[in-house]
Amino acid sequence: MSKRTDSNSYTVIFAVIMVLIVGSLLAFFASSLKPNIDENKRIEKQQNILYAMGINENNESSANFVSTNKAGADFKKYIKKQIVIQGDKITEDENAYLIDVKKQQAFAKDGKDRKLPLFIGEKDGVTFYVAPILGKGLWDAIWGYVSLDENMVVQGAYFDHKGETPGLGANIKERFFMDDFIGEHLMSDTGVFKGVTVAKGNNDPKNEDKTDYEVDAIAGATITGDGVSAMMKSDLKLYVPYFNSLKK
Amino acid sequence: MALLSKKDTALLTDPLADNNPITIQVLGICSALAITAELKASIVMAVSVMAVLAIGNVVISLLRNVIPSKIRIIVQLIVVAALVIIVDLVLKAFAYELSKTLSVFVGLIITNCIIMGRFEAFALGNKPWRSFLDGIGNAAGYGLILIIVGFFRELLGSGTLLGFKVLGDPIEKTGLYAIGYENNGFMLLSPMALIVVGILIWIQRSRNNSLIEEN
Repeated sequence: MSKRTDSNSYTVIFAVIMVLIVGSLLAFFASSLKPNIDENKRIEKQQNILYAMGINENNESSANFVSTNKAGADFKKYIKKQIVIQGDKITEDENAYLIDVKKQQAFAKDGKDRKLPLFIGEKDGVTFYVAPILGKGLWDAIWGYVSLDENMVVQGAYFDHKGETPGLGANIKERFFMDDFIGEHLMSDTGVFKGVTVAKGNNDPKNEDKTDYEVDAIAGATITGDGVSAMMKSDLKLYVPYFNSLKK
Repeated sequence: MALLSKKDTALLTDPLADNNPITIQVLGICSALAITAELKASIVMAVSVMAVLAIGNVVISLLRNVIPSKIRIIVQLIVVAALVIIVDLVLKAFAYELSKTLSVFVGLIITNCIIMGRFEAFALGNKPWRSFLDGIGNAAGYGLILIIVGFFRELLGSGTLLGFKVLGDPIEKTGLYAIGYENNGFMLLSPMALIVVGILIWIQRSRNNSLIEEN
């Protein structure tokens, strides 16, 4: 017995109509919601940067940003200067936080001078230098913001990810992991850049040794952890000349 | 007339035990292994799948007489993908915090075989209301297993439940850890989820012999 829906022409017409409807529906939603989504992303960047500086609403165990409606005002209040480092040139740019790090990394790959954004903030008389980092986790992109003092000692870190495994790699955005980075040194005493490695054999669960260039890894999240180590090294290393120039 | 007839109630309750999607129908195993390292992730996944499966089942059921059988799998896939993407976009625009929590699950939901499995096995041949109940019931049965597995994996693997340190602090050596207890890191890895699911299947079948297939 053959049904009306079994014929080839019906199948083709159905497929065409379905694709048209679903495609235009998705396009409609994507384009009409884009301004809202972009605005949310912009605010999130401000929140991330403020978080790395220690301006957040953390409670005992969980990480919380400053609220979205406060983020803009706080960002203006605490971030004193946003600079863009490109080769030897340093320029001020009040929208430096919107620079797409991924694009800049691609520029660097092509041998061009990439733009390095750096956000200089001040809280209670202390100056923070916040730098964005971006790398690869197990499944997709991971990124973060690291705030440093003028000796490149980590003052705070915020990590995020696009699609790491919930419960394992996704835990890089949990307090117990991010807080371990606070106080870690990136430079050796002799001025060699070491970065911070997410290490399995750290043997320092309370994270008391701040000059071992290591923090404890998360069990079951080796590749995500390696991704964090890699981006801490490759991206922050680029800022070394700037921090050296601060000392002169 | 009661809202739920006896048959309708069976649609809701059967998947919880004797027709459980994970332990009996063997659907949705992949995500049961992947995201049950923490109880919280299990709960989020259970709720998300319930929403998608219930709505998806209704949509497929409404379309069941017009979908060409030759391309029905593609149609099902497109329906679920479009649904999930639209929900994700709306959340990103109006509930950004929530969408951050859920975004990781989007891909896992679309590729979850329990969704395609129920579309194919039930929604294509039943009316919308019954399909809706079937979706809720199966997602609940799926979620139940996820939550049980997540409970044991988080408790034994990290010594926490929903992030709370219920067994004491492993670093400060308080609570159970003071007498030499250690977390089992293996519980955090997927193989242990398979073993936990296996144990659940074993318990279920030993209690109900009718579930054991004859050779």
